[in-house]
Amino acid sequence: MMTIKNYVRAQSLEEAYTLNQSRRNKIIGGMVWMKMTSLNINTAIDLCDLGLDTIEETDTAFSIGCMATLRQLETHEGLNAYTCGAMKKAVQDIVGVQFRNCATVGGSVYGRFGFSDVLTVLLAMDCSVELYKGGIIPLEKFAAMMKDNDILVRIHIQKTPARFSYEAMRAQRTDFPVLTVAASTLGKLAVGARPMRAMVMPFSGDDIDTIAEQAANTIPTAKNLRGSKEYRTHLVKVLTKRALEGLYGN
Amino acid sequence: MEIKLILNGKAVTDHIEADTLLLDFVRAHGCYSVKRGCETSNCGLCTVLMDGKPVLSCSTLAARADGHEITTLEGLQEEAADFVGFIADQGAEQCGFCNPGFVMNTIALLRENPDPTDDEIRQFLAGNLCRCSGYEGQLRGIRNYLDQRGGRHGI
Ligand SMILES: Cc1cc2nc3c(=O)[nH]c(=O)nc-3n(C[C@H](O)[C@H](O)[C@H](O)COP(=O)(O)OP(=O)(O)OC[C@H]3O[C@@H](n4cnc5c(N)ncnc54)[C@H](O)[C@@H]3O)c2cc1C
Ligand code: FES
Ligand code: FES
Repeated sequence: MMTIKNYVRAQSLEEAYTLNQSRRNKIIGGMVWMKMTSLNINTAIDLCDLGLDTIEETDTAFSIGCMATLRQLETHEGLNAYTCGAMKKAVQDIVGVQFRNCATVGGSVYGRFGFSDVLTVLLAMDCSVELYKGGIIPLEKFAAMMKDNDILVRIHIQKTPARFSYEAMRAQRTDFPVLTVAASTLGKLAVGARPMRAMVMPFSGDDIDTIAEQAANTIPTAKNLRGSKEYRTHLVKVLTKRALEGLYGN
Repeated sequence: MEIKLILNGKAVTDHIEADTLLLDFVRAHGCYSVKRGCETSNCGLCTVLMDGKPVLSCSTLAARADGHEITTLEGLQEEAADFVGFIADQGAEQCGFCNPGFVMNTIALLRENPDPTDDEIRQFLAGNLCRCSGYEGQLRGIRNYLDQRGGRHGI
């Protein structure tokens, strides 16, 4: 069972960052993941007073505060119009509405979970991560980095004109996904729940069969209790096809 | 530490531990409709409304609720009374353990979308698990309630 000795609502990012340099202190997002761990936390650092729970949209970009919830991603009209509904499709089967009102974008992306629908869909976009000390870096780079004690402040999505699609295979509607695929006409194919962290395969052209074959041949998969390596590799091919058909039509 | 919040319309001030869960806090204040089911964020039994939105109290710190408005089924009896009879009429409650969570989330659904389709009901209630029924009774109960008040008869 997770325990917490002290709780602090940080009044600035500097205060949160300073506290977060101690290994025994932890930022809490929605806490739904952390709650399942047996961490003994000295100080839980809450960012909820810092106004980071909004999704801002301009003509050229979206800026998503780390405390925005998955439900906000699901219901934001601008975000779903831009992503052709891919954002909603990616998060709508994550447990339930109450859960998605708790789980945050910051916790989901910082966690770089192997099963993440959120990371997969964002990787198909022109997306970057704003870190308090580390500055703004491409999401693809962040996804591959080791975890450190920085703070993920916001996610930025450039509204580069593109189409998006999202596919996931689940054994049961609200279970963790067995495999996730997001594709965009930006030439990015993101594959997650491999079950390792999601990764991007760049592609060009619109020959769906060739790209699906290439994805199955190059994207590493592995087994876990939800599926074998072979099954996942098969799913890479099938879901890539479906995702590309979603982009280009049949 | 001290927190102040509004619980079912009444101001409450209390001392809590840093890791007190909202679930334990509301139960300590007499809200026994809020239940501990899975405690791993999966079952929806612990659903409460925080500033009107349904959240899982098993995974929310009471400290996070400081300064906010929390509502449990105890504070929503009238709103719930409208439709719980329709669910009971379908025999959807067997042991009844899941019921408060279902009712809370149905209230949240109907506030957000007063005339949902069957698929919208299934989608919204997907995070509420029931170990006894096959969910069809709950769906039929909500559908009957919507139909009698002039809904669009599901799709
Ligand atoms: C039962 C269950 C089922 C799930 N199913 C799915 C699923 O099907 N698909 C899916 O994509 N996800 C799934 N998830 C993961 C979930 O969607 C969230 O990604 C996860 O809970 C993390 O979000 P959180 O806000 O709860 O983060 P927390 O649990 O609060 O934090 C997670 C980690 O991130 C750190 N952190 C949080 N915010 C920041 C920040 N701003 N800066 C730096 N570090 C930060 C914390 O210190 C912690 O280490 C599931 C989780 C659970 C518990
Ligand atoms: S007890 Fe909270 S979701 Fe099950
Ligand atoms: S009626 Fe028993 S858990 Fe739902």
